[in-house]
Amino acid sequence: MQLTKKTQSKNIKQLLTVATCTLLGTCAQAEEFKDWKFDTALMYYGETDRVTATELIVSGTRVFDNDEVLNLKVTVDSLTGASANGAVAQPEVQTFTRPSGKGDFTVKAGDTPLDDTFKDTRLQLNGQWTQSLNSDYTASSGIHLSKEYDYLSLGLNGSISRDFNRKNTNISAGFAFSQDTFSPEGDIPIPFTQMLPKNENGTTSANRLKSSDDKKTFDLLFGLTQIINRQMVMQFNYSHSQVDGYLTDPFKIVSEVNQLGITQRQLYENRPDSRTKNSVFWQTKYHLSHSIIDISYRYFWDDWDIKSHTIDARFHVPLSTGYIEPHIRFYAQDAANFYQPFIVSSNPQASYISADYRVGEMTALTLGLKYGTTLQNNNELSFRIELYQQSPKSNGVEQPGVLKNIDLHPSIKAIIAQMSYSF
Amino acid sequence: MVINLVKSINMRIHTKTLSLYALVIFSVLSSGCSSLGVEPWERNILAKKEMLLNSSPIDSSLDDHIYFSKESSSGGKSFAGGGCGCN
Repeated sequence: MQLTKKTQSKNIKQLLTVATCTLLGTCAQAEEFKDWKFDTALMYYGETDRVTATELIVSGTRVFDNDEVLNLKVTVDSLTGASANGAVAQPEVQTFTRPSGKGDFTVKAGDTPLDDTFKDTRLQLNGQWTQSLNSDYTASSGIHLSKEYDYLSLGLNGSISRDFNRKNTNISAGFAFSQDTFSPEGDIPIPFTQMLPKNENGTTSANRLKSSDDKKTFDLLFGLTQIINRQMVMQFNYSHSQVDGYLTDPFKIVSEVNQLGITQRQLYENRPDSRTKNSVFWQTKYHLSHSIIDISYRYFWDDWDIKSHTIDARFHVPLSTGYIEPHIRFYAQDAANFYQPFIVSSNPQASYISADYRVGEMTALTLGLKYGTTLQNNNELSFRIELYQQSPKSNGVEQPGVLKNIDLHPSIKAIIAQMSYSF
Repeated sequence: MVINLVKSINMRIHTKTLSLYALVIFSVLSSGCSSLGVEPWERNILAKKEMLLNSSPIDSSLDDHIYFSKESSSGGKSFAGGGCGCN
């Protein structure tokens, strides 16, 4: 039985190695599967009555003779379900046109409008090469490609790090660049034009700008890692990100309501075409007599006036059969300066408006537990389950008329289940 | 003309101040860090896999994807990046 299991594991490893070598285009030494280490994971993400996603990751790592490290990663994910389109709930049934323009869907009175059109499959490929330049310097560079039905992202990154102080201190600097192209179903809408009724021929040029648009992202990351003592290691990072291009969500709309809170029109949203993001990050790992505390904090700010705090803590407890790891994460963000849950028709209209709750004020809490065990040949199997709850908040705007009795900021609950296997 | 000159001087002062702060912080960290750390033979605990700062990179990758698509913040631990149409 054990022999069978070992043989199966060996066969899977051989198969993945051959696949990896084929991907690289060099299969000369495919038999050297023993030099590769694979980390795999299957994750399910499911929101109550909304989006569900399944994601599979296979990551292969090979360490060469001079400590050069090659990592190749394939990610496949599938997304389906409904997502809030930004419109406000109403005391009457509402009808919305699908992004293609060919169909429509209705939303019950009092319900948050959810667009159930979302269905996508994504393939992502990553390659990363890391090597020492001398005893103090290490360099790393990588590329990525991500393709889904309506989106393409191509990117590259590079970083260099230097050890000081008997390798107790390490500083690093890195950059990443990505070029993304968005070709949404039904083309890109003209901002603030009205959502038109369905049309059997699909969307018309009346409210459409063009078929695709792109954005460029440039990231910088500076890090300092310091060993404090035999039990403690600490890291400080500063990251800066500049994003330019199409940052609007073509599927999101904002409701224009009258003084009675009754929707008059549904308008396509509009966001600024640039965003500058910054964050500082601190992480510490401390080894107690047996267990390990891992705690981190991130402060994030950008020029859309979004500021956020993220606290994350894990507690690694070894067991006779493996380990358990409870996890808690708390997140709080302010609203972007252009967030509005709705537009009142009598008020002057701003240049940028989004009713997407994700750029509004919110808090989020994640509670999780992971169990891992080591199998034969040091192969590791682990299971993780997490509960995630988002609690959007009102930005204080007065809800007129019928909107007074409607919850415009419902909370969203999700479950995350994951199985990982390393061999 | 005068306004541009004032702006230019302000920017220079601002850049100089930032550079000075960066230099002071780097010096303090460098001098502070040199007294911290362990000898090579004292690394048995730190060498454990679970003591790596990113001991579960696959979990981090999955979490980053979820939070990138559901929240407005990203990056910090690694690049803020993008790579998907989920946000």
